[in-house]
Amino acid sequence: MSETSVTLYRRMKDLPSTHLLGSGTPMCSGCGGLEALHEIYDVIGEKSVFVNAAGCMTLLSVYPFTPFRGSWLYTAMASAPAGAQGVRDALDILLEKKRITQEEDMEVVVLTGDGAAYGMGLSATSGAMERDLDFLYICYDNEGYGNTGQQYSGATPHAAKTATSKGPRGFTGFKKDLFSIWAAHKPAYVATVIGSEPLDLARKIAKAKQLKGPRMIIALAPCPPGWDFDPQDSIDIGKLAVKTGVWPLKEYVDGEVVHTKVPHQRQPAEDYLKCQGRFKHLFEPKRNESLLKEIQDKVDRYWDGIK
Amino acid sequence: MTRRLLTGNGAAAWGARLAAANYIPAFPITPQTEIIETLANWIDNGEMDARLVTLESEHSMITSAGAAAATGVRVFSATSSQGLLYGMEMIYTVAGWRAPFVLINVSRGLASPITLEPDHNDILAARDSGFLQIHCATCQEVLDSTLMAYRLAEDPRVRLPVIVNQDGFYLSFTREPVDLPDTETARQFVGDYDPQNIRLRASSPLSQAVAVLGGAPYSYFRYETHLASLNSLAVYDEIAAEFAARFGRTHAAIEDYRSDDADIVFVMMGSFATKAKEAVDRLREAGQRVGLLRPRLLRPFPAELFQTLLRDKKGIAVIDQNLSMGLGGVLYTELASALYGQAQVPEVMLSFIGGLGGRDISTEEFFEMARQTYAAVKHGPVPPPRLLYTEAELREMRKLQAVAHVEREELNKGERHE
Repeated sequence: MSETSVTLYRRMKDLPSTHLLGSGTPMCSGCGGLEALHEIYDVIGEKSVFVNAAGCMTLLSVYPFTPFRGSWLYTAMASAPAGAQGVRDALDILLEKKRITQEEDMEVVVLTGDGAAYGMGLSATSGAMERDLDFLYICYDNEGYGNTGQQYSGATPHAAKTATSKGPRGFTGFKKDLFSIWAAHKPAYVATVIGSEPLDLARKIAKAKQLKGPRMIIALAPCPPGWDFDPQDSIDIGKLAVKTGVWPLKEYVDGEVVHTKVPHQRQPAEDYLKCQGRFKHLFEPKRNESLLKEIQDKVDRYWDGIK
Repeated sequence: MTRRLLTGNGAAAWGARLAAANYIPAFPITPQTEIIETLANWIDNGEMDARLVTLESEHSMITSAGAAAATGVRVFSATSSQGLLYGMEMIYTVAGWRAPFVLINVSRGLASPITLEPDHNDILAARDSGFLQIHCATCQEVLDSTLMAYRLAEDPRVRLPVIVNQDGFYLSFTREPVDLPDTETARQFVGDYDPQNIRLRASSPLSQAVAVLGGAPYSYFRYETHLASLNSLAVYDEIAAEFAARFGRTHAAIEDYRSDDADIVFVMMGSFATKAKEAVDRLREAGQRVGLLRPRLLRPFPAELFQTLLRDKKGIAVIDQNLSMGLGGVLYTELASALYGQAQVPEVMLSFIGGLGGRDISTEEFFEMARQTYAAVKHGPVPPPRLLYTEAELREMRKLQAVAHVEREELNKGERHE
């Protein structure tokens, strides 16, 4: 790993000043996924093809418009990594046979939501990693089937109210540890990012860009309509997700997991929970102390295990 | 040119090799697996210059095939039955990408009950997808159709993927003598792949398969695909003529076997039609004017050619190796819709279902179908659709049921004692 990519983004003012992704998309205002994608695309650049799975971001490219300067291929919900396999293999064949020049090559990027990444598309993702496919996978994780009105998914956190978990305890399941599932495949790179930490994000994408093989990114995507908060609070909620330790920023590379931003003075998890309508039932009409403690204990247990 | 004994699967693999397919996404399934094993061995031994990748499912396999074709390489793939159905979302999806490639389907009956031997319900599930369909009756045809399929798929007037269908076991594992064209002649016939405007390059960014909002743009693109499929009827005839001139074998959109002066015509698809040919010969020897029409093209449906070939015939017996539950035979209804209201077409059209899950159709059964068709022509009325099943088969089935009942009773007895 060369040091250039990491040192390239030392301070906020080092981040790319040219923004590549077009505006005017039909994403919701305050979309944390779109925020992350803007930042990611600035680093990846336009020599890329985005292979998309069914999800919110399918609506980025609606005929005849697209915000991407590079290419795009919509597949289906379960098989975007397989689409990336076909594109990557075809580009390699064309390069090998000298039917295209190196300048025509592109970074192949899978773009899916958590519904595809944590569930339906997990088998295709596992297959792509097992075949050591040279690609970048971006999951925008808004912790539910957002495009259909925020039903719970494998990415939904414990106790969150969704369109299909409206009871007093919210979602009774637990957020799947996709980072560890991906890392267990020993791919070239796995990282968690969030749009509200653009420096950490840019350094990770730059690092991923320099590696070969499967490079897997999960971007937590605060979702105003799905999580029930005012769009203007999107960045603050993202920052709280990191400061409370609910969303650990980390990377897996060369067999090791490293935390890139450790919240040493962790704020209580409820600071993050109480500003989202999906957790309102934990505070009103009266505080659900046991459930709040359960959530805080889980966060604490996680960080207790981290040096 | 050399002559070899090849299975249908071997012929399909040779088709991919002679067409110089560059990319082969694969997934094993009986009775197709021999195709990808053959290709994998050739690639490993350096006899074929291609990349074969085993995906983790047919759904991914079809996605990857479409994506590679949309990037600009020549793609080959193969599947069967449950695999085709598992990939069905992508069969419909990639057809709309207008990225041409060739997929072999080795027909096999669908669950439930799960089975291995052939019928056509698997391939007919892809009927409305936008893929063109060529149905084969011999191993030679599997090879020839694969070469022709690339020409058809890649033609600028068409640009659609093609499924070449062969029957599991009866063709896939049956060795027949096959004329293998030499590599150079085959390559000249197929030509190089020109991706035209469907390709992914850094210098010319392209958004493919994007969403549309509203019925009007959706309908526009769906109509375009349909019209391209219709275009392929004439394109197919051109390619078949060129193939015949170059290789000396004629593969018309509908094979016409002794139907020219026939009163009664059998209509059926696939390798079981060779059984019908045998029956036609025997019936002719007995003085009955019977013929056979076997559509090779099912999509696009050669409706006009059927109208022409069936003009002034007295009766038709359609034998469907498929069953649309609650309706009957698919080919029967398709042919009826092609003939309805046309001048000088037979009024008598009988429907028979046979050959499900590889069930044999005996020569005697063809005689009986001809007899019933003659009877309907002479005296009417047209009988309802018949499900072919012999008394002997029913007796064997009753024996299996008897065994099942005895074992069940034994089990129940044991439970009562506890």
